[in-house]
Amino acid sequence: MDRFRMIFQYFQSNSESVMNGICGLLALASVKMYTSFDFSCPCLPRYNMAYGLGIMFVPPIALFLCGLILNRQSLVMLEEWRRPQGHRKKDLAVIRYMCSSIMQRAMVAPVVWIIVTLLDGKCLICAFSGSVDPQNFVGFANTSPVQVQHLLAKVPCKDDELVRNNTSRKAVSRYLRCWSQALGWSILLILILAAFLARWLRPCFNQAALLQARHWSNYIDIEQKIFEETCCEHSRLFAHKCILHFFESMRQEIKLHSFSLPREGEGAEGEEDLLRGITDQDQVNKLLKMWYYEKPPLDVSQVTQRHPPGRERSPLPWADSPGTRSKFPQHTDV
Amino acid sequence: MDKFRMIFQFLQSNQESFMNGICGIMALASAQMYSAFDFNCPCLPHYNLAYGLGILLVPPFILFLLGFVLNNNISMLAEEWRRPRGQRGKDPAVLRYMFCSMAQRAMIAPVVWVSVTLLDGKCITCAFCTSLPVETLGNASHTGLSRGEMKRVLARIPCKEIYDGQEFIANEVAVRYLRCISQALGWCFVLLMTTLAFLVRSLRPCFTQAAFLKSRYWSHYIDIERKLFDETCAEHAKSFAKVCIQQFFEGMGTDLAAARCHPPRKTPADAEEAAEKLLGITDQGTMNAALKSWHRCKPPLHLHSPALPSSNGWAGEKQPPVHPPAPRREVAAYYSRV
Repeated sequence: MDRFRMIFQYFQSNSESVMNGICGLLALASVKMYTSFDFSCPCLPRYNMAYGLGIMFVPPIALFLCGLILNRQSLVMLEEWRRPQGHRKKDLAVIRYMCSSIMQRAMVAPVVWIIVTLLDGKCLICAFSGSVDPQNFVGFANTSPVQVQHLLAKVPCKDDELVRNNTSRKAVSRYLRCWSQALGWSILLILILAAFLARWLRPCFNQAALLQARHWSNYIDIEQKIFEETCCEHSRLFAHKCILHFFESMRQEIKLHSFSLPREGEGAEGEEDLLRGITDQDQVNKLLKMWYYEKPPLDVSQVTQRHPPGRERSPLPWADSPGTRSKFPQHTDV
Repeated sequence: MDKFRMIFQFLQSNQESFMNGICGIMALASAQMYSAFDFNCPCLPHYNLAYGLGILLVPPFILFLLGFVLNNNISMLAEEWRRPRGQRGKDPAVLRYMFCSMAQRAMIAPVVWVSVTLLDGKCITCAFCTSLPVETLGNASHTGLSRGEMKRVLARIPCKEIYDGQEFIANEVAVRYLRCISQALGWCFVLLMTTLAFLVRSLRPCFTQAAFLKSRYWSHYIDIERKLFDETCAEHAKSFAKVCIQQFFEGMGTDLAAARCHPPRKTPADAEEAAEKLLGITDQGTMNAALKSWHRCKPPLHLHSPALPSSNGWAGEKQPPVHPPAPRREVAAYYSRV
């Protein structure tokens, strides 16, 4: 019982921090992925926009889905949402609370990716180099439209022979990067302000309902963990009893068939208990063979009654009854 | 037993984080393997495609199989699948659950390999450089090269040092184009896999939760039962060995006393415990004889009760255990199989 309480406290205090930890790890992974990703703009008229915007928006979607997958609470929330009502009513406020907390955590890594992309600037330069007004730049002002599109598409590629020493290329690049960084910082500022206001103003609106929702969402989470743990404990005990029962049945069979073992209980009683009546190579071999060929039924109720009146429920494999004969596999007769 | 139980419960309760950790490690190992691999495009017309696609597809297949081989539960699954029915029915849902969870873990490393390969771009560049649309990207219209010649020139795109088609199509333009396609494919693949994983994980509670709980419980049960049975057998073997050796030494002591024709020395009461531990062997010659006998003539695997006089094999040949004629068919089969 003490152990249960210790584990319970561990889970309660750590559920939130484990989730926050995963969220932080995913954000760091997002930054690391971006820095190790080799961005190479195709520098072709129609491909630039697709590539640039693709790199800016597709990985965040994947990161968002990753954030949902790695978060254990999303499964808990889904189960709570889809379960049949039964004896326990469903509280939609709790489900909404869980949903919003999951979404907030899952949004961190995509937002980090987008902001890092914007602050770096390469994506926007690649995507929008073909959309600037060429009249603003001296080097591109007096060329034909087709040619100018072609040249502008090459702007992100510094080493391309067409635009290598073109000062207007650098001007376009600086211009777009400036816009990109401004956008990046603005988004960051807005998000931080929004988070700040949300946290600060939350107590002003319906604090009691929020406390209740948080408590019950925590409860559902812990309840599920403890249920899983209890199931594990139960299956361990079940297995233990099943195996003991199996050894006991073997011991009884040996008692029935062999005359050379007067079990008077003298000598090393402790060791005999552990030996469970199996004291012979043949007996051990038989036990192992029986374990493979005929696993005992999943029914440990026999263990609680030492001398069951009738053996209808789980007949021993070698019991000579018509009911079991048909189940006896043919290949034990070697 | 207690320590095993504690550790086991810890792992079970942290199963989710344990499994996530394993998956993360496999993903990192896969990425590290790719970066340590020295990619060398052959730069020849037909070899490029084979090499590029081979590097893209063969290691993931190997990693997938390795994921199964390295998983301890594969033998458990095979055993449960192949065992005779006996008294316990087989539930195909449990087998399916075990197989699916193993397959999901085994898929992580191959998916990471394919993603990293596509995002890096070298494989696709190598494999598809001969299929480049030269008309749109370069100026192939005014060359007099045949298709075979053109293919040979294009095949050298990944090898910058020997590329000689700069006037048809610039090397950087071609590489950028192919890498862009490769990275687009890579990100689409990543998105597809993540979406699949998300759907698999989130649709389950909506449809089959009760069956899932059942399968999960019984698959854990089979695992725990197997481990407990192994542990019980190990304990039994230890006790068996202890009693066997003890009886061997006792037999030695008895034989010695009989051979010397004098009763065993009476030890004082306070030294009895130490004398017991000596098991009747008190000098070098006897000990040597005991060790030789242990090596030459190990006792039979048949523990007898202490009241009966026993032959431990020291005096002569091993005697087979005597058993009554078996009245039943099954028992006869058991005893004849040594």
